[in-house]
Amino acid sequence: MIAHSIFFYTFSIIAIVSAIMVTASKNTVHSVFFLILDFISISCLFIMIGAEFLGMIMLIVYVGAVAVLFLFVVMMLNVAQQKNQWFASEASSKHIPVGLIISTLIFVELIIVIGGWKYKPDLFDLNNSLELAKVSNTHSLGQVLYTDYIHVFQISGMILLVAMIGAIVLTFRKRVGVKTQSYISQISRERSDGVSILKVESNKGVKIDD
Amino acid sequence: MEYLNIFLDQVYKILFLLVPVLVSVAMIVWLDRRVWAFVQKRQGPNVVGPFGLLQTIADALKYVFKEIIIPSSSNKVIFILAPIVTMTLALISWAVIPFSATQVLADINVGILYLFAVSSLGVYGIIMGGWASNSKYPFLGAIRSAAQMVSYEVSIGVIIINVLLCVGSLNLNDIVIAQQNLWFVIPLFPMFVIFFISALAETNRPPFDLPEAEAELVAGYQTEYSGMMYAMFWLGEYANILLMCAMGAILFLGGWLSPIEIYPFTLVPGPLWLILKILLLFFLFALVKAIVPRYRYDQLMKLGWKVFLPLSLVWLVLTASFLFYFNLLPVN
Repeated sequence: MIAHSIFFYTFSIIAIVSAIMVTASKNTVHSVFFLILDFISISCLFIMIGAEFLGMIMLIVYVGAVAVLFLFVVMMLNVAQQKNQWFASEASSKHIPVGLIISTLIFVELIIVIGGWKYKPDLFDLNNSLELAKVSNTHSLGQVLYTDYIHVFQISGMILLVAMIGAIVLTFRKRVGVKTQSYISQISRERSDGVSILKVESNKGVKIDD
Repeated sequence: MEYLNIFLDQVYKILFLLVPVLVSVAMIVWLDRRVWAFVQKRQGPNVVGPFGLLQTIADALKYVFKEIIIPSSSNKVIFILAPIVTMTLALISWAVIPFSATQVLADINVGILYLFAVSSLGVYGIIMGGWASNSKYPFLGAIRSAAQMVSYEVSIGVIIINVLLCVGSLNLNDIVIAQQNLWFVIPLFPMFVIFFISALAETNRPPFDLPEAEAELVAGYQTEYSGMMYAMFWLGEYANILLMCAMGAILFLGGWLSPIEIYPFTLVPGPLWLILKILLLFFLFALVKAIVPRYRYDQLMKLGWKVFLPLSLVWLVLTASFLFYFNLLPVN
């Protein structure tokens, strides 16, 4: 038990400190690295409460994909050179009230959501039966996700799909005059398409490629 | 005292796993160079030790005694962290590899997800190294490799789901045992081919070694590294390649199972079969390096997103429908 609590406090302290450092660090790229550290320690906490599937998915999705793209964007935008101060400068200080209002709103919303949370009525029975049957974490998650919550699950998938299509539509622009490689046309090219034999009269020359 | 005993027991087990892995990484580098040389009708390293087997050890010693140069304009902490991250991630994933039904350091429920997660973290060593060097070539190499590794992970993930559909468990030992009658390489052969090619791309091996394409980028993300730090990148890279081979062996070639369950084959212990399968896959890796020219970057991306991803998704639907129709879905 002692070892368990030592690990718990270590990971939670790392998570909180790195979450603070995300906003406080002066270099944007460092912020992203702290965010990654935060994700990793949170997935360790997930594993500690026995939700090993969620912990691993957290690592794969957030650390392995989302944060990589995040880092990619931050590096490409070259905002790494911007040194933001510990406290906001004159120019950006007028955004503070707006930011405060929005963050308070989100905080209140979160509290409302958590306060009004209703557990599935037979959750505790389910929990006991699962424990008796020694079903793995992944298995029980799948059993709930694909039966009782299948519609919510699919709707969330559709929302992600719509967001993805929206991002592609917003950023897609058709460029003209770009030479792209087409395997089909390369492979299906015949001798008659590319080669033609011309009779050239001496001292006259011939005009090709007009 | 009790905790100390548990701790020492674990340390002993870990050392027993890691030292052979590190030694085999050295041997695998030698094998890689030998195969490469033989394809090109050269001798390859054959001077140091018998058949040149100690060449890699000699190289590593040379790296240890070289000076570590840290560029003055680099971001020093991240610059030093990058090779450490690469090396650590390459080694920790060996914890879940089952060498036989009982010989596995951590027999966790979500073994395959752990392997996938750690291999998807591998990109950070490269990005960190490339960015912290504060130089153009390493940065370009890092950007390339980030895009490349994220793209090919997607198809590897779908291929893993293909295998999981046939197994019904995320545990690596269960995956091996499920192949007792039929290795997955036979029913899922196209997936095996795609997995092999994606593994090449995931480990930045030729023909997908664009992050370190020497003709364009000097040495990509490793350009500014020297001495031991370079050697750590290099060790991490080869340990990752071995790991990918092990993953291929476990997912498709039946892990530690012997090919046929009859008398002379059953005498060979399980770990040896796994090692033989890893070596077979690595031999293919080395051959590909020797005989295939490097891809162009846009072709690489096209291959990943427009060929492999749709193909593996279609195969996933096919596998699922087949298993469902013939009532073969594993239910436990």
